[in-house]
Amino acid sequence: MADLRINFAGIKAPNPFWLASAPPTDKAYNVERAFAAGWGGVVWKTLGEDPPVVNVSSRYGGVAYNGQRLMGMNNIELITDRPLQVNLDEIKQVKRNWPDRAVVVSLMVPCDEESWKRILPLVEETGADGIELNFGCPHGMSERGMGSAVGQVPNYVEMVTRWCKHYSRMPVIVKLTPNITDILKPAQAARRGGADAVSLINTIQSIAGVDLDNMVPLPAVDGLGTHGGYCGPAVKPIALRMVGEIARNMPQLPISGIGGVSNWRDAAEFLALGAGSVQVCTAAMHYGFRIVDDMISGLSNWMDEKGYARIEDLTGRAVQKFVHWEDLNLAWKTIASINPQACIGCGLCHIACEDTAHQAIRLHEGGEKKFYEVIDEDCVGCNLCSHVCPVDDCITMQSQPTVEHLTWKHHPNNPMRVPAEAAP
Amino acid sequence: MSAIVNDVYFLSEPDVAAARLPLEKLAECFADAHPLLSADQAHIEASRCYFCYDAPCITACPTAIDIPGFIRALSTGNLAGAGQKIFESNILGGACARVCPTEILCEGACVRNAQQSKPVEIGALQRVATDAAMARAAASGKHPFQRAAATGRRVAVVGAGPAGLACAHELAKSGHEVDLFDAKPKPGGLNEYGIAAYKMADAFAAREVEFVLSIGGIKMIPNQALGRELDLGTLRRDYEAVFLGIGQAGVNALSIPGEELTGVMDAVRFIEILRQSKDKSDVKVGRHVVVIGGGNTAIDAAVQAKRLGAELVTLVYRRGREDMPATSVEQDWALVNGVAFRHWAAPVAIEGDGAARAVRFARTELVDGRLALGEDGFILRADMVLKAVGQSLDVFDADALPKIGRGRILVNPETLETSLPGVFAGGDCIVGQDLTVQAVADGKRAALGINAFLEGKANG
Repeated sequence: MADLRINFAGIKAPNPFWLASAPPTDKAYNVERAFAAGWGGVVWKTLGEDPPVVNVSSRYGGVAYNGQRLMGMNNIELITDRPLQVNLDEIKQVKRNWPDRAVVVSLMVPCDEESWKRILPLVEETGADGIELNFGCPHGMSERGMGSAVGQVPNYVEMVTRWCKHYSRMPVIVKLTPNITDILKPAQAARRGGADAVSLINTIQSIAGVDLDNMVPLPAVDGLGTHGGYCGPAVKPIALRMVGEIARNMPQLPISGIGGVSNWRDAAEFLALGAGSVQVCTAAMHYGFRIVDDMISGLSNWMDEKGYARIEDLTGRAVQKFVHWEDLNLAWKTIASINPQACIGCGLCHIACEDTAHQAIRLHEGGEKKFYEVIDEDCVGCNLCSHVCPVDDCITMQSQPTVEHLTWKHHPNNPMRVPAEAAP
Repeated sequence: MSAIVNDVYFLSEPDVAAARLPLEKLAECFADAHPLLSADQAHIEASRCYFCYDAPCITACPTAIDIPGFIRALSTGNLAGAGQKIFESNILGGACARVCPTEILCEGACVRNAQQSKPVEIGALQRVATDAAMARAAASGKHPFQRAAATGRRVAVVGAGPAGLACAHELAKSGHEVDLFDAKPKPGGLNEYGIAAYKMADAFAAREVEFVLSIGGIKMIPNQALGRELDLGTLRRDYEAVFLGIGQAGVNALSIPGEELTGVMDAVRFIEILRQSKDKSDVKVGRHVVVIGGGNTAIDAAVQAKRLGAELVTLVYRRGREDMPATSVEQDWALVNGVAFRHWAAPVAIEGDGAARAVRFARTELVDGRLALGEDGFILRADMVLKAVGQSLDVFDADALPKIGRGRILVNPETLETSLPGVFAGGDCIVGQDLTVQAVADGKRAALGINAFLEGKANG
């Protein structure tokens, strides 16, 4: 049985599945239920200074795809709208009730030293295991100079992180916004400021949709819409890239992976690309806390099957293989192969290839069964057909024997090529 | 005849009666058997369609409806586009959505069968699209198609069933003036008179006729039968072209003793009485009913007899279950409704004194590939016997008729023109699948044939 316990930047938890700072972690009631369900930790919904913010009615926009709900979700909710002391009291009580779980407190106060100096000891007094600096919230708070307004300026990130390290003994996790050109810049700034870890991604600025009857962006509040933060399964690929980018450039920095984690498989992918823990929100909001049950058993079973004993054996396993495009082997070739027995004759591979790719799939002539076949010499191995085919394992990509190894760095078409003999 | 025959006890007089069930139960039994999908159901089902390229369902549809196209339109909430796509190929798409044996047509060809043995419910989705489109047309008074400029040509269409309606609609769309005759008081053909009530609930057949005729240019003339009020020679003289969509109005006989007894009836007649009854409380049915035949008419008669309150309905077919012309879905429907099946038996006599009391059957078997009567048999109690052993062309006006072969009017398969120039035919009166959707396809094809014929006339 794989050991799922983690020690993430000094914060211990029985498993790497944490609930992200969000509505599910706003109150003791929810967090108690989450811990009872088996979650390894929570990042308490962001605390701010009193008086508390006021939230709007109508807070989420949902994005469905082909009848499947919540492929993506956006929200326009702000930080906690409850008085600071109420939250602090509840955090203290919950931590006392669940000493083995990670309780991290998300914070967002104005970008001045006094504000941070004031709140940090109050949080430390609760017995919380660490703090997460919310430099990511892309809506509402950013208009007030907080959240992503800080996260988008690396100097501010460094400065605030430094204050937190200075006025607190707690581990500091800096939560990064993806609404930025180069994710490395704020990550490096956080490191310079002394951050113990980073977490990412926060939500992506978005409009969930437009109500075409009333011509208003969604979600609508009394007839008006504003941009929100996008999350859910749709953002996972974006998050994976950013996590991987930090992992390969800053191998010593612990990363808590966030963004569309819905099941153990998603979690394993984040871990493989360098995360030491993962944070979940949308999936829990969609199905309830009980999803953690399968996350735990699924990850554990899979790790047993693959021979990974501990989470740290898994963390970063795929990072070395996350390279730059110029490191890819241009001499390698794969081509599609259609299994005629599995083919159901829908023609989606054909029309995709015919209209939008390389005209390399044709209808098989003759025979009773209608099926499609690949014209090997015209196939460039782009994979498009295998992605549009609705049948599992009907179209497989077959790698072709390759003797050569040739990257762009050495390719004759590259005017800037490095001569082969000069290559290290 | 003895009072006790085999194991059947005859304790009472022949029992044929109406109103065996209370009114509310009858209403339930004859309401829509497969109601309209909800918007949610339709959305979920539509999302199962893969939007195949060169889709096999289109090939399997006699009217070649762009099925992936209309389902995609449904799934995007483009209801108007979905309905329009269907009507472009098949103006009776609403009837077809209800009565098509989709299991041997579009749904039988769906690629989801190969993947998960469960096709997309195309028929049910087609109903969603066509019901919405017809409701919109009724509310707005706007027919989905505009007629071409008037040509001044006049065409007679004989028979206002699916073939005649489809033909008349296409001709009207082309700008011709159509006189549409029917032998019955109401138009619609089998949709109005010959299909189980729960397949065509809520006066759908009549509403659909109204929808088709709303294109304009079609004059409906009821109670006009070929060979009775009409003769083909006069029609050919008075009109520039004639379409015959006269179906198969004749009914085959059993040709066995006792066929004249009270309680013995053609299944088509039984279904017609049912269809024309408002609340079914006046339709008589036997306590013990025997249905002879294995096609969809036999199934419709048997199930409706059961739903009227018959105690025991037995469908007897002379061959095996797999040989029955009724599709497996229809057979299952009968079984689920409590109809008993007996296979490999043929009736040899109907017994009774004035009124039917029993049917005597001989077992059948295949001898050298031919059906033969065996030595033994059985007797089934029957207060009512419904004959459903096939229909035939009602031969009329023999001299002026186009050529007939094997009981069907012979046509050119491309144009559907008969042996008489300018006379076209389609639907159940020609060779082909006896299906509503095939009749629609024929009617439309014949209209195109007529257009070409009229054009030839104009140029020649």
